[in-house]
Amino acid sequence: MTARERIAGSVANYVDERTGAAKWMKKNLTKVFPDHWSFLLGEIALYSFVILLLSGTFLTFWFDPSQREVIYDGSYEPLQGLEMSAAYASTLDISFEIRGGLLMRQIHHWAALIFMAAIVVHLMRVYFTGAFRKPREFNWIIGVGLLTLGIVEGFLGYSLPDDLLSGTGIRIAEAIIQALPLVGSYLAFFAFGGAFPGEAFIPRIYTVHVLLLPGAFLALITVHLMLVWYQKHTQYPGPGRTEKNVVGYPLLPVYMAKAGGFFFIVFGVTAFLGAVASINPIWLYGPYTPAQISAGSQPDWYMGWLDGLVRMAPPLESYIFGYTIPWNILIPGLIVPGILFTGMALYPFIESWITGDKREHHILDRPRNAPNRTALGVMSLTFMLVALINGGNDIIATTFDLTINQIMWFSRIGIFVLPPIAFVITKRLCLSLQRADRELVLHGRETGRLVMMPHGEFVEVHEPISPEKAWLLTQHEQNPPLALEESDLRGVRRPGVLKNKLRAHMSKAHAVSVPKATADDLKEIEHH
Amino acid sequence: MSNEIEAIKDPGLPAHVHRRTDTDPKAAKKAERQVAILFLLSALGTITLIGSYIFIPQDVFIFFPVLGNTNAHQLFLGLGMAASLFFIGMGAIHWAKTLMPDEEVIIQRHEFRSPDEDRADFVKAAKDGAAAAGLGRRSLIKRSLGLSLGLVGLSPLILLRDLGPLPGDSLTKTSWKTGTRLVTDPGDRPIRPEDLEVGAVAQTLPEIAKGEHRKLSDIAKDAVLLIRLRPEEFNLDAERLSWTHEGIIAFSKICSHMGCAVALYEQQTKHLLCPCHQSTFDVTRAAKVIFGPSARPLPQLAIKVDSEGYLVAQSPFNEPVGPSFWERSS
Repeated sequence: MTARERIAGSVANYVDERTGAAKWMKKNLTKVFPDHWSFLLGEIALYSFVILLLSGTFLTFWFDPSQREVIYDGSYEPLQGLEMSAAYASTLDISFEIRGGLLMRQIHHWAALIFMAAIVVHLMRVYFTGAFRKPREFNWIIGVGLLTLGIVEGFLGYSLPDDLLSGTGIRIAEAIIQALPLVGSYLAFFAFGGAFPGEAFIPRIYTVHVLLLPGAFLALITVHLMLVWYQKHTQYPGPGRTEKNVVGYPLLPVYMAKAGGFFFIVFGVTAFLGAVASINPIWLYGPYTPAQISAGSQPDWYMGWLDGLVRMAPPLESYIFGYTIPWNILIPGLIVPGILFTGMALYPFIESWITGDKREHHILDRPRNAPNRTALGVMSLTFMLVALINGGNDIIATTFDLTINQIMWFSRIGIFVLPPIAFVITKRLCLSLQRADRELVLHGRETGRLVMMPHGEFVEVHEPISPEKAWLLTQHEQNPPLALEESDLRGVRRPGVLKNKLRAHMSKAHAVSVPKATADDLKEIEHH
Repeated sequence: MSNEIEAIKDPGLPAHVHRRTDTDPKAAKKAERQVAILFLLSALGTITLIGSYIFIPQDVFIFFPVLGNTNAHQLFLGLGMAASLFFIGMGAIHWAKTLMPDEEVIIQRHEFRSPDEDRADFVKAAKDGAAAAGLGRRSLIKRSLGLSLGLVGLSPLILLRDLGPLPGDSLTKTSWKTGTRLVTDPGDRPIRPEDLEVGAVAQTLPEIAKGEHRKLSDIAKDAVLLIRLRPEEFNLDAERLSWTHEGIIAFSKICSHMGCAVALYEQQTKHLLCPCHQSTFDVTRAAKVIFGPSARPLPQLAIKVDSEGYLVAQSPFNEPVGPSFWERSS
């Protein structure tokens, strides 16, 4: 035994005698994780969060979250002598006086954008592959929660510097609070410590941004990861992979090296962006004052869809018994996002209600094999995309020489028309892909070799695909729709007929598929 | 699918194919060197970072293609940091991919559902616990506990009351009073009609006493835009026309939609546009909404000139300015 082994051994012994960790570690160091590039998306989100904690902590050492007015006397000449909040002045100081300060600010902002992008793409991966199905519904809901908190956290974060652009964003947030029936103006006055903008808001959202929400993130991410760990990761279908096993690489050493290495790569890329790509140059916007604004006011991208919805809302307000209900704010700002996010959180339960499927699923769906789900996903994304486009209507108008009115009307109509079209097209595409899979299994791969038959006909030679590929294309289940009787055996109509009808209808739509190729089909073809 | 149809069979995990680094010691040695080079590049990155921090002054700008004029300190600091991190990652992953075992391993999943006897034991333990506490029998305790817990939940609401004052008339009143002078922002200079040419726009605020400090929350309500047109260009009723002075008309600059500053004025069309959500107001028709999400015109401030020839407010705004709220009456 070398000296090093002896030391390591006695440390391990010391810890194990007090915690019994060896048993747990033994089991988990050899835990197997399936490998696929799309499983890295969640990792990117996790690593960006760590980068946010590190760079954010750096920023707190110099940032002064106060709306106390100061006269700027730093090194950025265009703003010297101007009145501004201490928050804005200290952000300028971080950018111009503190060495590495601008780099950290830019890393922090880039990491936030990557964090949100990774969450959204990770969510899309989980959705389109059906990874949210039993037993992973809890983790889906936690994920939706993290996405929601991420949007809020990001908004609060870019609001903190108190520059002209972000102040405008806060003004809009205040207008949404103020628009709430009954309690709106009270809530707004409580949040802002009086009339907008007051001097209380920046210090308050600072506490929320650096303490409350990161705490919530930490708790939710911990549970999210513990569940992934305990339930074991899903895997894509393939030869040798079943609902009962996990095929992949062990945590030690391969996965640890890859995952650990990937953290440094994500951090490195973020640092590179922070070094070369300017982001949120607040010194160009100037300090916030409610009477000024810069043209082309844009939120960060993950808020853009919300802004786009607000922009396209019709000018609708009700005046009832001397009270005002501003629908033009409530519908796009609260009601539609509320419906979207609630629907998203509940989707696993809705789908399992439609299909009646209460079994566990660990093998992921290929999106084409769940046409209805895939189409619904693309439909939702189309909705978001139209909203996002409208959120940049001023930028698009100036870039492409259009009028804002044209883009606004495109969005107002498109938000209703395009998502259903996307649904239909996607569903048909999925079914076509299923048909192509079937053809591929039954007739093989086109080789591109043309052969002339004795009678002069040209045919393309097809080559049978490998058994592995054939398995991949046929391993999925094709379940018939739910058979819901409207009346029971004695002819008595069941309660909830309408609900059952709806369910049967949706179940039928959900089960539409091209029959997959079977061994029998293959045999039949060989006979010909 | 019914059972009679025979499905295509799972051929099982394909046989493992060894990498060159598994079979050829020379290839393995080469991979080892590559990993080492990647780690050394990271070290070089950290040295660049330290060197940049100490030796590059903060005010040196250098030209880079694509990036343009760039602060050298910030750039090299960042590039050094990026390299120091990125190449550790690349090294680790290259190591894992070329030299660590790449044979796929199979483990079995376990069922999550607890065995029936465990479930039964749990239910029993929970029931026994509840019974031992006597929650079911002692309804007096249950109810009083419910009451006290509910009340405890209320206390944060009470304690947070002092977050802010009640709105009072703050949302409906501005600093504009009868006879308040309009002054330029910035500059705080009173304005005569002849200061504004036809087609001009001026950003104004109510005059305040010398030495008094303007609060942002006042500016958020008081900001007013002055626009001068030719009087015949107005399309106003008699009352609204009487609120103008020699073609000069005044509107609240705070958007009636969500409170942004309505700062874009198109001289050709005489439209005011809010850059936030593109609500568009027609100046000739008392800021009527002609496009976008806003449901109300911008409030108009009645103006006239005082005895010294300066523009003043005829009266306060006759409606609340800014975004809608519940207690707003129209």
